[in-house]
Parts: sequence; structure tokens; C-alpha cells
Amino acid sequence: MFWNKPVETMKREDLERLQLERLQATVQRVYQNVPLYRERMQEKGLVPEDVKTLADIQKLPFTQKTDLRDEYPYGLFAAPREEIVRIHASSGTTGKPIVAGYTQNDLLIWAEIVARCLGCAEVDYRDTVQVAYGYGLFTGGLGLHDGAQRAGAQVVPVSSGNTKRQLMLMEDLGSTALACTPSYALMIGESLRDSNFDLKRLKLRKGIFGAEPWTEGMRDQIEQLLGIQALDIYGLTETMGPGVAMECIEGRSGLHVWEDHFLIEILDPESGAPLPDGETGELVISTISKDGMPLLRYRTHDLTSIIAEPCVCGRTHRRIRRLRGRTDDMLIIRGVNVFPSQVEAAIMGIPGIAPRYLLVVDRVNNLDTLEVQVELMPNLPFDEVRQIEQLEERVRRAIEQVLNLSVRLRLVEPNSIERSEGKSKRVLDKRNLFD
Amino acid sequence: MFIQQLSVYIENHQGRLADFCALLGGGGIDLSALSIADTSNFGLIRAIVSDNDKALSLLQQNGFAASLTPVLAVSVADAPSGLANVLQILREGGFSIEYLYSFMRRINHEAIILFRIDKPEEAAGLLLKKGIRLLSQEEIAR
Repeated sequence: MFWNKPVETMKREDLERLQLERLQATVQRVYQNVPLYRERMQEKGLVPEDVKTLADIQKLPFTQKTDLRDEYPYGLFAAPREEIVRIHASSGTTGKPIVAGYTQNDLLIWAEIVARCLGCAEVDYRDTVQVAYGYGLFTGGLGLHDGAQRAGAQVVPVSSGNTKRQLMLMEDLGSTALACTPSYALMIGESLRDSNFDLKRLKLRKGIFGAEPWTEGMRDQIEQLLGIQALDIYGLTETMGPGVAMECIEGRSGLHVWEDHFLIEILDPESGAPLPDGETGELVISTISKDGMPLLRYRTHDLTSIIAEPCVCGRTHRRIRRLRGRTDDMLIIRGVNVFPSQVEAAIMGIPGIAPRYLLVVDRVNNLDTLEVQVELMPNLPFDEVRQIEQLEERVRRAIEQVLNLSVRLRLVEPNSIERSEGKSKRVLDKRNLFD
Repeated sequence: MFIQQLSVYIENHQGRLADFCALLGGGGIDLSALSIADTSNFGLIRAIVSDNDKALSLLQQNGFAASLTPVLAVSVADAPSGLANVLQILREGGFSIEYLYSFMRRINHEAIILFRIDKPEEAAGLLLKKGIRLLSQEEIAR
């Protein structure tokens, strides 16, 4: 089922012509409005007119999450404040988040591409879509919301959490599609199983799951427990939010990237050299239709490969394979991006503790858990339990504030966190997230 | 007037207290008083030892978070109401006791109670005025 068949099945040469036009316009736009791009292009002796073909994108400078941090909050915006109508945010690598700004037109495009994603899952105006992604600064909730509404579906904006209520609404309102993180879908499924819930009482038939990596094994489990077809959606706040790419129900193998809005490259993460189709490397995305905060050659740090072969569904937009990992130490915990360096920034300067810590991530009953161990200094400044508990509380709060995630904190003895080559190991992820 | 107490943080791991004792024993350090406050997450050892500086450096070099804290070593009669009398004096003086624990051995038929009090200088002054004996570091360490 297509939301926008002419575009989704556009001939490659027409698509590429459109891409070049939009890329050129975007390069012009950022060159004129964003000092960072202008300076970086000037350093390379480039002017916007140097982009004559799609391949010329390789001449352009990269953007990184650190650029978003350094230019926080508005430095990369290419539209004046009066034209920005929405802000979203995601985790930065330090204490500050990274923010993205959207114009009216950006939001229309976002809704359009999410509507296409729903079409990939055969979800349309006849459906009731329960959005159990978090609403707020996180792009998941509002992104799926706007897209489902654009598709004409009946939207149930329940947001995440409160599984009992989710189930009640799902049954009473007859929700036919569920959008949330795959781990939350699994949790809902298991609570159905544990309460011997008769699936016939539900009308649910499709699931659109993303915001964190998941495996084929997890897909099988979710499909079985919920009696649905589960599909993968991909996106990131920096380039829009969910909807950059989506698996189609016909192929169920790889996610179509909406190439009329995003240019993709796969690069060797070390050298930055382009890799041929089919080879796994770092996904680099350029937005070519965004006005609020266009990003050129954004390094996603997500590992995948391009599937250039045509898909059985008839869409001409190329696919990327299900994510295979990260090139950095970013973790996704309950759908929230977490960088170990955020923890470091949070605990820095608190007396009595060393800047040495370990994040222990696990999945217990399908819920991600995060324990943070922080080392005490050898010189213990306390002799009372209360004082230590206050320190524990202080450290925990500082971390939770930065991560926006509840954590279990453990103060551990000095030098107890394992070190390798003099550098402490900062993450122990016990989950099995990649195939 | 004050004696030094060793305060040590220990995680709730099996055998960790044994590590602590073995480390001090290996260093030839004698324990003359010991108390452990425990919570669900960690324990806090308080100990009076024969050689504070040696114990402290030994512990800190071996992965323990430790420090020295001044406490009062109060001699109380080893008889009914011995401790009650001292506590009554402190109550009348308006002092709060953070914690207390007792000595392992007796000295001259006295029981020795270690006190951590909110205003230690003033508390010590009051106790001395009331004729209560406070032990010195030398007496404690034998």
C-alpha cells in the first residue's frame, strides 16, 4: 500500500534529478545562513556552485554530534526564529542535549514521510494507531502522531508507560496498530501472555517499532505474543526523527530510505572513504528538504549497508539493512540515547567520588535497566551512613537529570572498576541487541 | 581527649570484611574495637586500631575508601546504670549522639564506650566536668 505512489515508485533518474536540485538548494541555504558551513566550505575552497552532480557531495564537509553541541542551541538553524515552530531534543554527549528546529514546512514533510512509513505497514485512514512512544522533546511520540494523523488514521496519543491502561485502551478503542519501542512492545506482549489474555479481544494487527536496535528473534517473539506483523522504523532527531527509513511489509528485509528527502552514504568509519553498496559501514545522512535545521553529511555512527537491488514492493527508494551496531559508545536505553560521557559530565566535581564509573545495562523482563557504578575516592570524607546515602542520592540525581532516565546508583570501592590499557571500561551491556 | 577512629566503606560483597581484617592482620595491626553499620547497599566499618597511620595507608593502597574520625572514648562503670549515667549527662547537656559502640576488652574493670557526638569539644568538656573519665589514644592502644 502506498501513501504517495508517484514519489515512492519514482524512476531512479527522476529521483536523482530531484535529489540534485534539492541538494544544491540546501547547500546554498546553509552556506548563506549557517556560519559553520560557510567557514568549513571556505576552508576547503568550496562555493555552493561547486556541487554539480550528486557525487560532488563527497567534497562537502561532514557534520557531527559535537557540532550540534558546540553550536547549541540555535547555531545550526538555517531559518529565522520566526519561522521555527517546533523544537525537539535528544541526548548530547555532555550535560546539554542537542536540539533540532522545524519550520511549518519541515513538519509537513515529516508527517508526509511518516505517513509513507505507515503505508509500508499497510496502515491508513481505516486504522486506529495507538502511539505508545513518549511524547515531548523526544521525537518518537509527536513524530508518529503527526504522521498517523496525516495518513488519516484515528490517533490514540497514549504516550509510553502504564501497560494496563495501554491494554484497556487497545481493547476498548479497537486499536489496530501500535507504535512504540520494540522492547516496550515485547513487555506489552508478555503481560498479555502472563494474564492469559485472549488475543481475539484485540483488533491489533500491525506494529511500527523503532528508536532502539532489535533483533529478528525479538521480532518473532513480538509477532507471536501480540498476534501482529512487526516492522522496523528508523530515524534520528538530528535529521528529523522517526520516518527517515521504514521496512515494507512485502519485503520485510531492509528499510526504505525516503531518498527524495535524505541522501545516504555508507563510509568506512575510520577513513571516511565511501564503501560500495552491500558493504557495512557508517551511515551518513544529508537532509535535502529541511529548512529549519538542514544537516549535510551527518555522521550517524550507525552501522549498516545499502541494499541497491529493487524491492518486491515496487518502491524505488533504496533500502538500508537493519542496524548492525554503533561506531561509538552510544547506548540506547528504553529508547533514550545515552553516552557514557554524559555520566562523566554529570558527576564531575562532586566531592568524595572519583571520575571513574561503569554503566551496567541489562534487560530484565524486557525493561532496560541501568546501574551506574561510581568509585569513591580512597580518602573517605564520611563516618556516617547518612552522609554516604546523601552522596549516593546526590550522584544519582545528577546523573538522572542529565540522562533523563532513572538509574540505580552504586558507590563502589576505589580502583574496583576494571581498567584496560590504563583506561577504564565504561560500559557493560548485557543485552543482546544485534543479530 | 579525642581518639582516632578508622572509618571504612565496604561494599556488600561476600568476603569483603574478611579482606579488611586479613589486611590489617597482615600488617600487624591490632583491632581493639569494631562496629559495622550496614544498609542494603553498603557497610560502614568503624574501628579502633593499634596504628592509625599504618592502617589508613594500608587500606587506601588496597582499594578501600577510608579515613580517620575523632571520637570520644568514655569510661563507664561496668555495672548497671553505668552507660545510663553518661547518657543522662549528655541528654541534659543537649547533645545528640551520632553513634556509639563498645570496646572489645575492658580496662581496669571499666567498660569503654566510643561516642560520636554532634559537638564533641563541648561534650567532652561537660563529661570531664561531671567526673567522667575519657581515655587517651595511648591508653587505648596499650
